[in-house]
Amino acid sequence: MTIALDRRRFLQSSGAVAVAAGLFPRAAFAADPLTIGVIYVGARDDFGWNQAHAVGVKALKALPDVKVVEEENVAETDAVSKTMESMINLDGAKLILPTSFGYWSPFVLDEAKANPDVQFRHAAPLWKPSDPTNAGSYWPFLDQAHYIDGVAAGLASKSGKLGFVAAKPVGIVLRNINSFLTGARTTNPNATVRVIFTGDWSLPVREAEATNALVDAGCDLITCHVDGPKVVIQTAESRGVKCCGHNADQSSLAPKGFVTGAEYKWGTIYTGYAGLIGKGQPLPNFTFGGYDKDMVQNTPYGAGATEPARKAADAAIVKLKAGAPIFATAIKDNNGRIVVASVPPDNYADVLNKMDYLVDGVIGSTS
Amino acid sequence: MSAHLAIVLTAMLGGAIRVSTPFIFVALGETLTEKSGRINLGLEGTLVLGAMLGYATAYETGSPWAGVLAGGLAGVALGALHGLLCSLPRVNDIAVGIALMTLGTGLAFFFGKPFIQPEAPHLPSVPLADWTGDHALAEALRVNPLFFVGIATALAMAWAFRNTRVGLVVRTTGDSAAAALAMGIPVDRVRVLATAAGGFLAGVGGSFLSLSYPGSWNEGLSSGQGLMAVALVIFARWSPIRCVGAALLFGAAGALGPALQSVGVTQGYYLFNAAPYVLTLLIMVGSSSSVDAHRAAPGELSITR
Repeated sequence: MTIALDRRRFLQSSGAVAVAAGLFPRAAFAADPLTIGVIYVGARDDFGWNQAHAVGVKALKALPDVKVVEEENVAETDAVSKTMESMINLDGAKLILPTSFGYWSPFVLDEAKANPDVQFRHAAPLWKPSDPTNAGSYWPFLDQAHYIDGVAAGLASKSGKLGFVAAKPVGIVLRNINSFLTGARTTNPNATVRVIFTGDWSLPVREAEATNALVDAGCDLITCHVDGPKVVIQTAESRGVKCCGHNADQSSLAPKGFVTGAEYKWGTIYTGYAGLIGKGQPLPNFTFGGYDKDMVQNTPYGAGATEPARKAADAAIVKLKAGAPIFATAIKDNNGRIVVASVPPDNYADVLNKMDYLVDGVIGSTS
Repeated sequence: MSAHLAIVLTAMLGGAIRVSTPFIFVALGETLTEKSGRINLGLEGTLVLGAMLGYATAYETGSPWAGVLAGGLAGVALGALHGLLCSLPRVNDIAVGIALMTLGTGLAFFFGKPFIQPEAPHLPSVPLADWTGDHALAEALRVNPLFFVGIATALAMAWAFRNTRVGLVVRTTGDSAAAALAMGIPVDRVRVLATAAGGFLAGVGGSFLSLSYPGSWNEGLSSGQGLMAVALVIFARWSPIRCVGAALLFGAAGALGPALQSVGVTQGYYLFNAAPYVLTLLIMVGSSSSVDAHRAAPGELSITR
């Protein structure tokens, strides 16, 4: 493998020398388009995580002088190293966007060390100052969009009993659940969120079972944090309850009960990167933000969103755009323990980023 | 507390009916194949390909039942391929099965790409308990016709193995190829047909996944259910009736995790989610020592020979 790679690099560099020597009329080529490589862990049209990225990449493709190369279903193994090497060495990619959590270590880090003239930006908050400087992270605060889901759900639900189908009890999932409840409590102080953990990111049969169990327990509005929410949304619709989406636009799956959904807006970040490279400016190592930076959005309201729900959600979005925090008062977990006594105005400070609990009002357990 | 118990039991009843159908079909298909003396481990691939082709056909034709048929025919193709390959000298049926499992899932993923987004028509359900007025019970007993087809198939198979000439031919082939040859039975042809028919059942099971419950096509749809169903056959000791029982038990145990969380038993859900596997292990350990288990196994299977 190393030998083949070296030969490829040799051919490439000798080609560059030949160009420099004037063997090829360089002027015949216009300004080189910027080639960007995007790597997905699953299918691009999964109604979930990968689709959200693909929507962002579409915005990137619309830019002039940008060429996008994509590969789907790349496992979080050395398969992603091969994909990155092929994008860099064969397609000439100058920016690589590996979009799955498990790509980062060691695969992205190793490639970043081996290719110092290529930029790598990865979709998870993992970059540390000790990591290669041509690598970096980007991370939108999706919990803000889940909070808006909650604001609308508090008014769209009749019973105030909300259901949440979650994959695993890890920080980002718990934060979305807690933000959803906090949003719902702003419009219905008695709202509760019942959570069922399925145990893994993609288990369609168990996700359907969990949705059914929540409806049987009296929940009349279901949302979720799993990789592909298609099954949850379809099951909720077929049971005649309302639903809120996650990751991408699922409104078409629930024409009767869809309220709104928490969506990433990766396009803002991707076109931003292309713009910086076009201007010859360095890329930041860490890019993050929520509604204030236009990095998350809510799906346009569906038939399940009542008029008061729409109004309340719209008003809450205006506040978030102005930088208002989600968590403002002391946070109590659902065992009655005060976990954060004084909440900092910056909701993404360290004290709040270590969220390993469910807040008061959520029925469920982290273990 | 008793209200909670009722919710959990209703959920387990509903779960048993909703989740068990693909297990029933795959297990019955594998029983038929193994009764003829071969093991087809490729039914996981058949299940996934059947799900994908069933969904695609239902979407293109607008008829979910055409999708069920297409899923079954995909199974026939993969089953016949397995049967024919294994009829070649010195070909191991388990190895071919693993190859076909990869082939089936690979083909399904490759051709299934354009069908992840569109919505195909679902198979209709039969409402059995709407008259009770109990909402949860009515939902739990909204049963897909394929569930009844599966049970009817199991009864028919059990009867046929015992009482018909075809059943005797399959069993003889599976118990002793030499005896079957002496009787003038074309052993390879019987096995190819049994594997193809087994593939048909597994393909139909796959179409249930994509056309009824959970009712959409995506690449994580099966997540190993085909392999579990093959294991259920050993657990059911090659009896079609016990296959149904095992599949129902497995479905009910699978509903336990979500149901307990929904009534507030939230601690230890990883353990409850593992209930089907723990249960299977326990029963297999409990039943493995019995002499019956060995007697029931077809004599020609490469694992028992």
